[in-house]
Amino acid sequence: MYGYILQRVLAAIPVMGFVALFVFLLLRLTPGDPAAILAGDTATPEQLAAIRDSLGLNDPLLVQFFSWITDLLRGDFGTSILSGKPVIELIADRMEPTISLALTTIILSVIIAVPLGVIAAWKQGTLIDRFVMLLSVLGFSVPVFVIGYLMISLFSMQLGWFPVQGFRPIGEGLGDFFHRIALPTFTLTLLYIALIARITRTSMLEILGDDYVRTARAKGLPESRVLMRHALRNCSVPIITVIGIGFALIISGVVVTESVFNLPGLGRLTVDAVLSRDYPVIQAVILLASLIYVVINLLIDIAYVLLDPRIRYS
Amino acid sequence: MSDTLLDIRNLRIALNGENDKQVVKGLNLSIEPGQTMCLVGESGSGKSLSALATMGLLPPVLTPLSGSSIKLKGEELLTASPNRLRELRATSMSMIFQEPMTALNPVARVGQQIEEVLEFHSDLSASDRRKRVIEMMEQVHLPDVDKMYRSFPHQLSGGQRQRIMIAMALVMRPQLLIADEPTTALDVTTQAQILSLIRELREEQGAAVLFITHDMGVVSEIADDVTVLKLGEVMESQPVETLLRRPQTDYTRDLLQSVPSQVPRMARDGVSTDVVLATDDLCKTYGGGGLFSKSREVKAARDVSIKLMKGRTLGIVGESGSGKSTVARCIMRLIDPTSGAIMVGGKDIATMSQKELKPQRKNIQIVFQDPMRSLNPRIEVGQSIIEGPLNFGVPRSQAMDRARELLELVGLPASAVDRFPHQFSGGQRQRIAIARALAMDPDVLVADEAVSALDVSVQAQVLDLLAELQERLGLGILFITHDLGVAAQICDEVLVMQHGRVVEYGPAGQVLGAPQQDYTKALISAAPGRHWDFANFRPFAEAP
Repeated sequence: MYGYILQRVLAAIPVMGFVALFVFLLLRLTPGDPAAILAGDTATPEQLAAIRDSLGLNDPLLVQFFSWITDLLRGDFGTSILSGKPVIELIADRMEPTISLALTTIILSVIIAVPLGVIAAWKQGTLIDRFVMLLSVLGFSVPVFVIGYLMISLFSMQLGWFPVQGFRPIGEGLGDFFHRIALPTFTLTLLYIALIARITRTSMLEILGDDYVRTARAKGLPESRVLMRHALRNCSVPIITVIGIGFALIISGVVVTESVFNLPGLGRLTVDAVLSRDYPVIQAVILLASLIYVVINLLIDIAYVLLDPRIRYS
Repeated sequence: MSDTLLDIRNLRIALNGENDKQVVKGLNLSIEPGQTMCLVGESGSGKSLSALATMGLLPPVLTPLSGSSIKLKGEELLTASPNRLRELRATSMSMIFQEPMTALNPVARVGQQIEEVLEFHSDLSASDRRKRVIEMMEQVHLPDVDKMYRSFPHQLSGGQRQRIMIAMALVMRPQLLIADEPTTALDVTTQAQILSLIRELREEQGAAVLFITHDMGVVSEIADDVTVLKLGEVMESQPVETLLRRPQTDYTRDLLQSVPSQVPRMARDGVSTDVVLATDDLCKTYGGGGLFSKSREVKAARDVSIKLMKGRTLGIVGESGSGKSTVARCIMRLIDPTSGAIMVGGKDIATMSQKELKPQRKNIQIVFQDPMRSLNPRIEVGQSIIEGPLNFGVPRSQAMDRARELLELVGLPASAVDRFPHQFSGGQRQRIAIARALAMDPDVLVADEAVSALDVSVQAQVLDLLAELQERLGLGILFITHDLGVAAQICDEVLVMQHGRVVEYGPAGQVLGAPQQDYTKALISAAPGRHWDFANFRPFAEAP
């Protein structure tokens, strides 16, 4: 078990290396000059050259890459070309809203979606099942920004229950935090409820036809026990996979929600950095997103081993 | 009769409750305490559905029609509430199933799965429950029960899992045990142990057993009474001795006569010296590699040397894990042998590249076990048959003509080329699979458990077909089977395997008739019904 985890952690290192190389090349090979953006419209060619020189943009690519990598390994993500602040500080500032939103969304989605999926599968073909399926089609097909603006218009503007926009850190009071994060959470939750409820229903349907579920019923167990212990436990692997990937997707893909609700999170940081060719920030954000994917995949794999005794990696 | 335990009257089960879609048509059956009733029938006879109806576990699309009645100790089950049925399960009636591999929850410890029954059906404290489970596990003769209590199903063998199932079913001492083909998926030696365990527990606990099987050998070993079902209808119901000696209906008589006899076939003379297939010290080893740690090596086949002549049948028999299928797959080069030689058509194909191998493939063809899964469901039968010849450059129209001929050769109409596999029964599909193999005009046909998934009457027909084809085409047949009766019926030579090794190899009459090795003897003596000469309706002991 520990050997397996160590093995997986070691295997992640070359993955991250390739991601780093890819990110570096991608940005260097796309058109657009950061020095020009930094210098503004009125800069002379001499000023531009000086700026390029100070950013190291005149060095050969290989030299740029290695100096960047060695800095990274020392924990130095560079400074933002645009704001002049250390990148790591920028990211740290923006982490909390994004992580908070991802966590509240995933937790709420799981609490609602898993029981919905279980019940839909159990009552396959009934009204409840059809309702759940309808909900999930809606969740998939209505774009997040539409849901977001609808929510704002209904709950903030008309009913006045929630603020329209903004974020309050959790340290400044739990009530305020939830009050402000509620609407964006509901907005994103709909998509993830659709996703998780659907996968739960599909996996449950498959498992409910299995022999050991029949055995459990033949033992005279109550349905709740049959469903939760014998069926749900056995389809936890695909469900956990979707939850994990969903979490990673939220962190790397909250751009729209953060824009709609004006949350100062990673999504907005990424958009701003891309628009202004702020290389160090873009690189760091992409690397961070990859790291999150790698870590979450690792956690999913470990969960497999814990949930299913048949999976034992050597 | 007041002491009747289970009384099934006029049980009719229909698809969607529609009168004209009956799958069980008026079953009557009663079981006294301590009695073992065998419900016998081929697939589609409705025997399992009748059992599931008793437990209240029928799939929702199947419903008993009004007028049906199933009474357990006088209590009507068909109208009982779900809660009442739940109470009765495990306490008054229990059921064990065919597939011990899938009938246990794979992610829960087996001890806890037994304990769960007590948790819901008794007031015992946690420690008493555990004590009772351990006791029950000992009663079904599981070894090292304290350790086994904490095991997961995949860590146990098939026989051990079936013992766990039995322990689970009997832990509340129900008066009725329903056993649905409980030994069909097990090896013969394990089957013999499970049958004797069921007999033993029936006596100890005084339970009645409703035993569902398709195997007349098993019937002769365990039944007091037998009810024969065909397509949902009762053919006859008799005490076992009467049924085996004086069957009343033609159907039962045919069923008994289809049971493969354990007596080896007469040796055929005129042995050809033309070797169509030979292996020399064939070995297959799995594992041993591994990047970080050396994984355990498994020698699935070691030093297997065979020789198959034109027009002869060589049987490889063995239990699961013996390596018999590994040998077949190596010979087909579906997997690569680790070492040794495979001579087909005078060439060693063991180390050929896939490219070199391609022209050799037509010499050797295979028929698999499960005809339900070995034909592509989405293409017509004719397309499946001509695919091989087309690959070898035969023009389409010519290949299709040949396909029609072949279908007639295997006893199907030529027009079958345009139909899809699902339009055929299991036996017919196996005929199609044979036609597909023959389309390549092979010298050697490998039959990997090719009749194991078929009902006995169909099995007999397919075996006859193979014998006839062999006669006409001079095929060499390599016949892989776990069933000694089938091997006795069709093989000229027999090779017995255990744990990847060859135990005994020789003429069928010698190996099966006068075995030299203990393992072969054990296999033969474990075969159920070996004392009965089913085809002549008498025990062998009474043979004139």
